[in-house]
Amino acid sequence: MIETVSLLATFFDAPTLLPSFVDFPFERNYVESIVYVSLYVSLTAVVLSTLFSLPVAMAVGFSDFPGKGLVVALINTGMGLPSVVVGLAVLFVVSNQGPLGEFDLVFTKEAMILSQFVLAAPVITGVSLAAVTSIEEGVRDAAYAMGGTRVDVALVTVKEARYGIITGVLAGLGRAISEVGSVLIVGGNIAGADGTSVTRTLTTAIQLEARQGRFETAMLLGGILLALVLLVNGLVLRLGGGRV
Amino acid sequence: MVVSYVMQRRDFVVAAGSGSLAALAGCTGGNDDANQARILDETLTLTTTTSTYDTGLLDEVNGAFEDRYGVAVEAVAQGTGAALETGRSGDSDVVMVHARSLEDEFTRDGYGVNRRDVMFNDFVVVGPEDDHAGIDGVEEVTGAFQAIAETESTFISRGDNSGTHAKELAIWDEAGVEPGGEWYREAGTGMGEVLNQANQTPGYALADRGTYLSQRSELDISIRVEGPIEGGSELLANPYGIVAVNPGVHENVNYDLAMSYIGFITSREGQEIIENYTVEGEQLFFPEAVSEDPNFQQYVPEDWTPDED
Repeated sequence: MIETVSLLATFFDAPTLLPSFVDFPFERNYVESIVYVSLYVSLTAVVLSTLFSLPVAMAVGFSDFPGKGLVVALINTGMGLPSVVVGLAVLFVVSNQGPLGEFDLVFTKEAMILSQFVLAAPVITGVSLAAVTSIEEGVRDAAYAMGGTRVDVALVTVKEARYGIITGVLAGLGRAISEVGSVLIVGGNIAGADGTSVTRTLTTAIQLEARQGRFETAMLLGGILLALVLLVNGLVLRLGGGRV
Repeated sequence: MVVSYVMQRRDFVVAAGSGSLAALAGCTGGNDDANQARILDETLTLTTTTSTYDTGLLDEVNGAFEDRYGVAVEAVAQGTGAALETGRSGDSDVVMVHARSLEDEFTRDGYGVNRRDVMFNDFVVVGPEDDHAGIDGVEEVTGAFQAIAETESTFISRGDNSGTHAKELAIWDEAGVEPGGEWYREAGTGMGEVLNQANQTPGYALADRGTYLSQRSELDISIRVEGPIEGGSELLANPYGIVAVNPGVHENVNYDLAMSYIGFITSREGQEIIENYTVEGEQLFFPEAVSEDPNFQQYVPEDWTPDED
């Protein structure tokens, strides 16, 4: 892990290692601010989605009510929501003419977080739901039998289902950080005149570089994106596996 | 790495914050130095075309504007149609595009005020070296388009309601050809991407000279029909205009900053930046805002008369 970190640090500290940076418009500041925006937006969106999705998954998973099948079907459908459609819907909501117009959210990171929240939440809910419902009834019964409160039972279930839930969170993160459609629409792919990203993420930057025919830069940013996803996955799995 | 990066970022934000506080203290302390004046925490949203952004011109202009006014310009590169639509919904403060008919519609509908001519360049028809349609040296672009249609040579259209797309449709119209069929492909994307597609396919495309020149080193296709800058067809002229979003329609827009921006880009200084902006030694845009003899038609929709309602 530490090696990876220091490797990445050298990667950013030594532009000489990267010959294609030579014809890069803004070099370090440009790439760093893009990475920052990508991580800030996607991680915030995933944390919020997780806080929202886990209770929903538990509530749906542990109860029986008429129309439960429909709710589950809706959640699973949400996992496949096209990101451009979500972007368009969020744009209408945050636009000056929309219900959240007065907050002036269009072309901001907050709007991007909102759209990625909408994209990631069904994925995290769906996978977590499958994970908690697959926990044996017996485990929960045992927890009850030992005098556990509802909260205790829920905690036991989460603990038992942790790998499934972590998978869900990672899938949500993968969905958020790799999507380009919605952040392009609601964020506007803005970078300042000095190259500091305002709402430009790795994916929208790749799209822009490819549009301008700078395929090497686009590939480089793609490599960084992959490395980041790998790093976050590794970190989360390590934490999840090491704690219990 | 992530954590340390965030920490650095925070340090930076803190430093920047205290820096601006110091600047503010300087102002309230009666510092009259004009360069210290800052409009804190204001941003100006500019929606514009991919051609001004992808050529890198806007970074030059906006950098100078930011130095002068201390206002961050957030430039959103869209097609002309989308840029105006964003202005219509009040999500941008100022719009710079290149399709006079669409700008006029925007103004007539009440969404835009104080339009100015900014600069111009021209369009060119680009295509592969083997020139399947045989349009090399054709004087009039309409003739070239007719030849492309007759030989059914691949033509990549922007197909995105952009200024370039509007111009292309106007040329087809002028040439009396209804484009369609296997050979006519609507890419539905920006200029740079269309040039890439025309390069890969290979095929013909209508391109603004600026984007073509800024990307030329990556391309095998080259200019087949010249625009007016090199003495070609007048029909290929490509004027850029800028217009502020009407604060009477959208009360949230940053109208005074929008006018500052329009003032800056049409000032001698702004126009010099445009004049001096080159890519690989070629000037991409030609300023036309500063004139001893202003063209009154730039302020109102074309053909507008005071007798109109």
